[in-house]
Amino acid sequence: MLDNFLPPTSAEYFRILPEIILTIVATLILFLEGVFGDNKKGIYAPLTLAGLAAALVAAFAANGDQGPAFQNMLLIDGFATFFRVLVIGIGVLVVLGSTEYLARENSKGGEYYALVLYSIVGQCVMSTANELIMIFIGLEISSIASYILAGYLRDDPRNNESALKYFLLGSFATAFMLYGVAWIYGATGSTNLTMVRGALSSSNGPSLSLVGVSAALIFVGFAFKISAAPFQSWAPDVYQGAPAPVAGFLTVGPKAAAFAILLRVFLTGFGPVASVWTPFVWGVALATMIVGNFGAILQSNIKRLLAYSSIAHAGYVLVAVTADSDIGAAAAMFYLAAYAFTNFGAFAVVTYFCRKGEKYVTVEDFAGLAQRQPGMAAMLTIFLLSLIGVPLTGGFFGKFYIFKAALDSHLVWLTVLGLLNSAVAAYYYLRILVVMYFKEPGESVENLPPLGMGLRLAVYGSAVGTLFLGIFPSAVLDFATKAALK
Amino acid sequence: MTLLDVVLHLPLIGFFILLALPKQSSRMGALIISLVIFVLSLGLLGPFSNGAAPGFAFTHNDIWIAVPPIRFHIGLDGLSLWLVLMTTLLTPIAVLISWKHIDHRVKEFFAFLMLLEFGLIGTFVSLDLFLFYVFWEVTLVPMYFLIGIWGHERRIYAAVKFFLYTMAGSVLMLAAIIYLYNKAGSFDYVEILSQLQSGRLVFEPSTQLLLFLAFFGAFAIKVPLFPLHTWLPDAHVEAPTAGSVMLASVMLKMGTYGLVRFCLPLFPDAAHSSAPWIAGLAIAGIVYGALVAMVQPNMKKLVAYSSVSHLGFVVLGIFSFTQQGLDGAVYQMLNHGVSTGALFMLVGYLYERRHSLEIAAYGGVATPAPTLAIVFLITTLASIGLPMLNNFVGEYLVLQGAAQANFTWVVFAALGVILSACYMLWLYQRTFYGKASESVSHHIGDLTPREWAAIIPLLILMVWMGTFTQSFMPPISAQNAKILEQVNKTQVKVAEVVHAR
Repeated sequence: MLDNFLPPTSAEYFRILPEIILTIVATLILFLEGVFGDNKKGIYAPLTLAGLAAALVAAFAANGDQGPAFQNMLLIDGFATFFRVLVIGIGVLVVLGSTEYLARENSKGGEYYALVLYSIVGQCVMSTANELIMIFIGLEISSIASYILAGYLRDDPRNNESALKYFLLGSFATAFMLYGVAWIYGATGSTNLTMVRGALSSSNGPSLSLVGVSAALIFVGFAFKISAAPFQSWAPDVYQGAPAPVAGFLTVGPKAAAFAILLRVFLTGFGPVASVWTPFVWGVALATMIVGNFGAILQSNIKRLLAYSSIAHAGYVLVAVTADSDIGAAAAMFYLAAYAFTNFGAFAVVTYFCRKGEKYVTVEDFAGLAQRQPGMAAMLTIFLLSLIGVPLTGGFFGKFYIFKAALDSHLVWLTVLGLLNSAVAAYYYLRILVVMYFKEPGESVENLPPLGMGLRLAVYGSAVGTLFLGIFPSAVLDFATKAALK
Repeated sequence: MTLLDVVLHLPLIGFFILLALPKQSSRMGALIISLVIFVLSLGLLGPFSNGAAPGFAFTHNDIWIAVPPIRFHIGLDGLSLWLVLMTTLLTPIAVLISWKHIDHRVKEFFAFLMLLEFGLIGTFVSLDLFLFYVFWEVTLVPMYFLIGIWGHERRIYAAVKFFLYTMAGSVLMLAAIIYLYNKAGSFDYVEILSQLQSGRLVFEPSTQLLLFLAFFGAFAIKVPLFPLHTWLPDAHVEAPTAGSVMLASVMLKMGTYGLVRFCLPLFPDAAHSSAPWIAGLAIAGIVYGALVAMVQPNMKKLVAYSSVSHLGFVVLGIFSFTQQGLDGAVYQMLNHGVSTGALFMLVGYLYERRHSLEIAAYGGVATPAPTLAIVFLITTLASIGLPMLNNFVGEYLVLQGAAQANFTWVVFAALGVILSACYMLWLYQRTFYGKASESVSHHIGDLTPREWAAIIPLLILMVWMGTFTQSFMPPISAQNAKILEQVNKTQVKVAEVVHAR
């Protein structure tokens, strides 16, 4: 289509302003670090926050002027805005939650923030991409930065293991996806989702088996990224090994963006052939919930427990994907937002608690926290109740909307099994509450450090977000409903 | 903003006030707040004073969440009125009996008690199914902490078991609530009922049965109905006294309340067709609970199993589908709250003195503590259903109602009445009579003024409810008549529609 090539208009640049801002700030940080060397290490976090704030404003502004950009490769619509705002917001929490950790590990450095920003740029591109190659590029930008972040403390062997596993399995997954993209290009002659959709809904479209294979390959690639069973095995090792704030980031940021492309590709691109893939996703959703929940029961390390729990939560969101409807997409979006606050909040408490070298990371170490640090214990309680799905928390409404969407689409069995799964899940979350409140304090809760400003904002901010979504869910849900695809 | 709003929200405000107050004043703060709530809640009697049931009083119907339309819809009728009053009465009593008993993490204890009151009142007044579910779950959290932090040795096991049991039951109810919404387009109880009665919404008997079972499962666990009762003895024995009192007197009523409020009017055919099975389970629970209570060496466990037995009567009354049976069942909910609550308090009094729940550790308590013995005796007699005391009225009405439905039920259920006399009187004899051992006479003193203050309201109610039934019954009867009428109307509609097909 080179014949109708036109240079991008200023409106198109305006639509990708958030990505531009983030890239500039990230590169500026790397540049400044070269200039200042080991001096002035304190400026990078505020600079990153400023960049994220500007990007947030730009993302909202771009929403006022929705439309495609760059030959339809990107599509800035409500859906894209929702996810862009979400991942940029997650970025704010991550930066706030990381400063103390980095100082504690003597690893203050600009490149950490730059990598977070690059990762978020990738996730923003994933949110806006309307084209399989753009999705691939976004995924790679996000992933490569994330691989490095997972191994950020390079002297720590656990970090190395984490990064290596993440990298190997992550590349493997992208290869699957890319292979699927090749198939779909062969079948439909395009990688643009709108055109794929058109080709698939036309009466003389490609054969269903051909489409099925490409959808399956792409889904396998995505399933790795969202840690859906049976492609979840990397997640516990990676999340356990990565630095605590990075693990928190990986469970919410890249995952949210991966769900964005999953929703976009399967509800838009593969929408016309939904009957082919929904039974498959049905099974994956159920398996993911079961593997995550039953795996988590056995864990003693809290990061590993939260890793398995994040697998289970991916399963719940897949239930919403299986519903294959507007309501389902909106429910998934709401859930991801609520989960972002909740899970990052939980990881932020772990970040605070684990201390230098991540010495205290078992569930038992939290014994008696409620007596030594009632505030932090109360915050972790809010996050855990939200993960269980107790009313008045965001997690509850998330589950409610998801299972409502599933019932709307007559997925009665998946709903019943999913809800029973969430009752099983209560068991392992309660274990943390039990040790925190019912056990006597041990050595691990002595000499708790004071809570720094950044981490305090991250924890309390996440808690406020969790409760806000649990009491006034309408604001976010309305936006998600309007933005939902189809 | 109605009085009911005030009564509902004050405990939540009280929760935050107590968190903000310094530790030393949390006892007094909790007492004052809960007494204020109680006094205010007496004002709720107003519309019911002439006995007529004016539908729902004190309604407040506002949008909470726009899409899907979830409403903050609350209201009070003859069924919920007394349960709300019981909650507001028992909360200050629970504060009083915890005055000395709770000596660590005092502030949190009273704060959680307030949060519990908030959840309980909310459960009884919600007229939106979703709101009901929210409050239903909210009550779990404070009770979980009350058992887990301030309980006895095996408290953690008991707390987790309590939480998981209830959670497992209620998730299926949530599925059923969503399903109802998808069909009716509303979570509003009143709206759904009117759709059912006008025939705009009809569930086939098979669908009805599944929906009914989803609701029933959640309620049956809470009641608890045999064989789903196994969480109850653990929770009761391990909970602190105030926790046991709130659990027995009010929380178990959430289950029976749900049966009357939702299971019967919403799914009448399913309720009817499964009534024989449920009555069978209720009778099994009555007899089984009584037999197990008989052999308990632990006082609290004995009272806990007696609850299983007593609650069996309530369920039997509800599923007799007769006016008397329902009246008796609702009355028995209140009676059980008063007399079993009092029993748990008295057992707690003994425990505070002797630090043991084993019956064998007592004997001859009447000698050092004569008034405690008399109070315990009155409560025991009330619990076994002596005429002129409260339980008699309820049990009699339940048996009468059950007899109209099926006489064989009564033959077995009446066994429970006899057995309750056996185990309670035997408990009394072993604890209070005989020769006081050295340790008993040394440790056990008589009731203190604070303990008197806590128990007296319940003693008065035992006699009052047993003799002047008419002070309490008219709103209940009127409401039950309405529920039976709704049941019939809906059944007729279902029959018409199914027939027409």
